[in-house]
Amino acid sequence: MAVSPPMIEVCGVSKFYGIFQALNDISFTVSDGEKVVIIGPSGSGKSTILRSINCLETIDSGRITVSGKDISLPQTDICKIREEVGMVFQSFNLFPHKTVLENLTLAQTVVRKRSKKEAEEIAMELLHKVNIAEKADAFPAKLSGGQQQRVAIARSLAMNPKAILFDEPTSALDPEMIGEVLDVMKTLAREGMTMVVVTHEMGFAREVGDRVIFMDHGRIVEEGTPEHFFTNPNHERAKLFLSQIL
Amino acid sequence: MHGGSGTQPTRPATHVMSDNQSTQTAVAVGDGAAIPHKSDAGLFTAWRIAFFGSIILCLFLAFGRPDQYMAIFLFVPEGIVITFKVTVGAILLAIVFGMIAGLGRISANRFINGAASLYVEVIRGIPLLVQLFYIYYALGRFIKIPAILSAIIAMAFCYGAYMAEIFRAGIQSIHKGQMEAALSLGMSRRQAMREVILPQAFKIVLPPIGNEFIALLKDSSLVSILAVSDLLRRGREYASETFNYFETYTVIALIYLIMTLFFSKLISIMEEKLNDGR
Repeated sequence: MAVSPPMIEVCGVSKFYGIFQALNDISFTVSDGEKVVIIGPSGSGKSTILRSINCLETIDSGRITVSGKDISLPQTDICKIREEVGMVFQSFNLFPHKTVLENLTLAQTVVRKRSKKEAEEIAMELLHKVNIAEKADAFPAKLSGGQQQRVAIARSLAMNPKAILFDEPTSALDPEMIGEVLDVMKTLAREGMTMVVVTHEMGFAREVGDRVIFMDHGRIVEEGTPEHFFTNPNHERAKLFLSQIL
Repeated sequence: MHGGSGTQPTRPATHVMSDNQSTQTAVAVGDGAAIPHKSDAGLFTAWRIAFFGSIILCLFLAFGRPDQYMAIFLFVPEGIVITFKVTVGAILLAIVFGMIAGLGRISANRFINGAASLYVEVIRGIPLLVQLFYIYYALGRFIKIPAILSAIIAMAFCYGAYMAEIFRAGIQSIHKGQMEAALSLGMSRRQAMREVILPQAFKIVLPPIGNEFIALLKDSSLVSILAVSDLLRRGREYASETFNYFETYTVIALIYLIMTLFFSKLISIMEEKLNDGR
């Protein structure tokens, strides 16, 4: 029986910024439909590993495969990988010169070569899904942070990705807007989307995560179910972090 | 005549600064006429005095002293047309040169980057007047094209180097998250540049390009030493026939002043419109 390769496989990845080691021998896998939450103090390398999966950072050693394709090989089409793995950023990064609707249709027409009409239909459907259809013709600057982030999630979904990487999606938001973004993410999780989420939202990690990865100083210190991690972590560093944050 | 600011090898560059994601953009201008902002009350009044003063003075000279001045006003307009042709032609071509060289300056390809940087450094290190002579006679040696065309090419080639720096600064002022967002959606670098980065950068570089336009309008007077009958050359032709040097150059200076003040006002209005927008 053929075993399909894991959605994302990170294998012994290290990365240096000058002499600073940002990632130290990181390995983990994410299987289809799994929700993995990466937590840890700032500067621990959690965003760096996420960005590396989307080739926004280059790695110095190790191997990352997406659907079995090694992303650092020159013959791999990075654009194809990125089409399959969406990314949601801390600072939303909507295109300010385009309306909300155009933000969603741009990559569909340019990359997926969909017709304008088809792209707009898909876009409107997704905007309904994230509860912001009424702002379709507004420019991003007119939207609140929470609204912008929901649009950014919809924009990512418009490419029909197999997995989405969330890089601290609620860290730039005012507290009262965090809930609306997490709700959208929970809906996605229920629908079976493969998700890798870097976050400080412990409640979300506990509720949605299938697995929690705790990182510190560029290493994976602890990995396990949320139940195990939040109630009975093995490592002192993880205990200390939890006592500070909970 | 050679004292125009554009003839100095180290003309103060135009800077484009932008604080990351926001559309707040500050533009500091080292050349061209001072741009009157509403907030700058002193300059705003100075602009009015200068602009309307020169128009009134022109009217007074033309109709108050018609025997000395009317003939000048009738003789030089042909030159204004040429001056505009040179200025508009050169600025459009300079934008093309500038965009190519500006993209080259941020290219990861060493050869392209080196070539673009070399172009910018070499051009900025040679006085405009020397370049004009050089390109004009170099072109004339190998191909036969009209004088006005070689003048336009020479001006554009020079201004393209300054324009390249404007485009480079404008593109680099776009938050890197924009490129990352575009890439993460599966766009190629080229697609991201065309669809996401350049449209935003273009809005930021519009005001400095306007300033370059004014600087170029003034520097276009340098082409009068080539066989191009621009405003200044028409004046010289008139003066050398009539020996009315003082009167002629008074009129020439006034016309240049009115033109540059007019365009600087236009640019300040455009800037305000851009800032009002999203």
